[in-house]
Amino acid sequence: MLRIKNLEAGYGPLKVLRKVSLHIGPGEIVTVIGANGAGKSTFLKTIAGLLGASGGEVLFEKQDIRKLPAERIVSLGCSLVPEGRQLFAPMTVRENLVLGACVQFRRRRDEEVKEDLDRVFVLFPRLKERETQLAGTLSGGEQQMLAIGRALLSRPRMLLLDEPSMGLAPRMVREIFAHIARLRREFGLTILLVEQNARGALAIADRGYVLETGRMILQGPSGDLLLNKDVQRAYLGRSPEEDA
Amino acid sequence: MYWEPDRECMGKEELEQLQFERLQSTLNRIYSHVPAYRKKFDALGILPEDIGSLADFSRLPFTTKEDLRENYPYGLFAVPLREVVRIHASSGTTGESTVVGYTRNDVRIWSNLTARVLTMGGVTKDDVVQIAFGYGLFTGGFGLHYGAEQIGASVIPASSGNTHRQIKIMMDFKTTALVSTPSYALLVAETIREQGIPPAALSLKYGLFGAEPWSERMRREIEEKLGIVATDNYGLSEIIGPGVSGECREQNGLHINEDHFLVEVVDPETLQPMPGGETGELVITSLTKEAFPMIRYRTRDLTSILPGDCPCGRTLRRMARVRGRTDDMLIIKGVNVFPSQIESVLFEFEGTEPHYQIVLDRKGGLDEVTVLVEVGESIFFDQMRQQRGMMERIRKRLAQELGITVEVRLVEKKTIARSEGKTRRVIDNRTL
Repeated sequence: MLRIKNLEAGYGPLKVLRKVSLHIGPGEIVTVIGANGAGKSTFLKTIAGLLGASGGEVLFEKQDIRKLPAERIVSLGCSLVPEGRQLFAPMTVRENLVLGACVQFRRRRDEEVKEDLDRVFVLFPRLKERETQLAGTLSGGEQQMLAIGRALLSRPRMLLLDEPSMGLAPRMVREIFAHIARLRREFGLTILLVEQNARGALAIADRGYVLETGRMILQGPSGDLLLNKDVQRAYLGRSPEEDA
Repeated sequence: MYWEPDRECMGKEELEQLQFERLQSTLNRIYSHVPAYRKKFDALGILPEDIGSLADFSRLPFTTKEDLRENYPYGLFAVPLREVVRIHASSGTTGESTVVGYTRNDVRIWSNLTARVLTMGGVTKDDVVQIAFGYGLFTGGFGLHYGAEQIGASVIPASSGNTHRQIKIMMDFKTTALVSTPSYALLVAETIREQGIPPAALSLKYGLFGAEPWSERMRREIEEKLGIVATDNYGLSEIIGPGVSGECREQNGLHINEDHFLVEVVDPETLQPMPGGETGELVITSLTKEAFPMIRYRTRDLTSILPGDCPCGRTLRRMARVRGRTDDMLIIKGVNVFPSQIESVLFEFEGTEPHYQIVLDRKGGLDEVTVLVEVGESIFFDQMRQQRGMMERIRKRLAQELGITVEVRLVEKKTIARSEGKTRRVIDNRTL
């Protein structure tokens, strides 16, 4: 579904991604874990077209999307749920969701949008309850649901999720991860999940990659990564001794 | 039957992406974790990120047995020792032994790979697998043991040696699959014949043989004498042990576990890639090893990559059975000779036994080669003329094949010493 080879990107003279490669098959949940500053968000933003790449190749369903503008990538079926949710605080929940349906400045048919809204409300009944509330008044977890819901309104086949668990209470973190797993189960979505919460992400992902200072240093089935001592020490907050 | 169908039958493009991703992270890890590799890379001015494709890969330096010795014992490990859960060492047949390590993940992956190989050879959870490889520092026993357990087969860790006891176990425990060297399987076959045990009295169905070169003729002989399907499998401790490649029931070459190992075939002299399909030295790079990654390891094993698809459905490419080792190469009268060439000639002759020995002497500054060949009773007790005729025919065929003249001597069955491990094929009495 998505195949990335040697992706390079950065900010001005600062190189952040150094030849990063990754692939996701249809229906897979894949996570990229790494510390702060490893380049995880840069990686997602570059895929989503929000940041220019200086080299490499990004194939989405065999089409090279590396040089496409962000809105084209969304219309092809690949949507980003940005870090820090990026909601419109003074607008209502419903208005925020409907904005997600405005792909390439063109509104989709009202019935279609209505249908999609209903699906989002089935997935997140909490959003239904708060439909007319202003987005700025929602809790962190609800805001994250709203950000995901908004992305779903563009009818994506693949979601890029940037740190969805960030800043959430532990109980809410679990809930959000459970929702992400449902997105695949119930919507058949392919998911690329970037996370600092390695344990939570690896628990729902099929495979994972470890990004360290802009380079992939490990990759494999989630089970293998959970057993890897480097991953345990650096990202799972567990010393190998505790394992023994 | 596949063990990991999604891996074993992967599309080419998909496989190449996976190999490349794994290569990249292996390079990133060894560059930061293994000073010996970093030094080699720095000397060539190569950074891991300079390798942008599988094709660039040929810019990387080779790793040899000498590198392993120089870094003895732990210098090439990419993880601290506390993360290593297993240590093996090579047999040291050709010099000082070398040490390799495995993390918990490495052991798991290894078990999976040997499970693949065993499955290819016919083993299922219903089988009783007798492992007659040494258990110990040698990787053969443990490697295949874990794979067989992974499959769910009933594993008998018989280890090597004590042939009479092995045969008793085989009969009493109703062993259905034998894992050993091919020469050991022949020894078992000969021993049961001597004891007057008909092959049908055994429950054996499959034999999975490796750890030494053998031939097609030897396979047929083992299959007939033991009434089994015999497949070849390959591996070496420096890379992982058994599990690098194995034959499926088509018996047409060994499927390489390419999602974990990147292979090349190079000319052992020039180190340039051999043109498609030609025999050369096998070079292997590990793609998933954590504790002991290997970059372009020169195996010294001679093989070739076989063309075409396999009817079994696996897309993993196949290598030819190993024809010998680059360091088995004998230089006789200035000509390069591989014992495997002599072996394949001998096997063309009816009545010879698959046991032979090459004896090299130097008289008056000239090399002399004598090939001792065991022959069956039918030939020995017949007339001298027949014997002489056979010797002459073998001599001519060898001269034709090798380009040098050799002496041939026929010897009685069981004259050449049998070994329970690797057979000593060459006695070199030349003093330079």
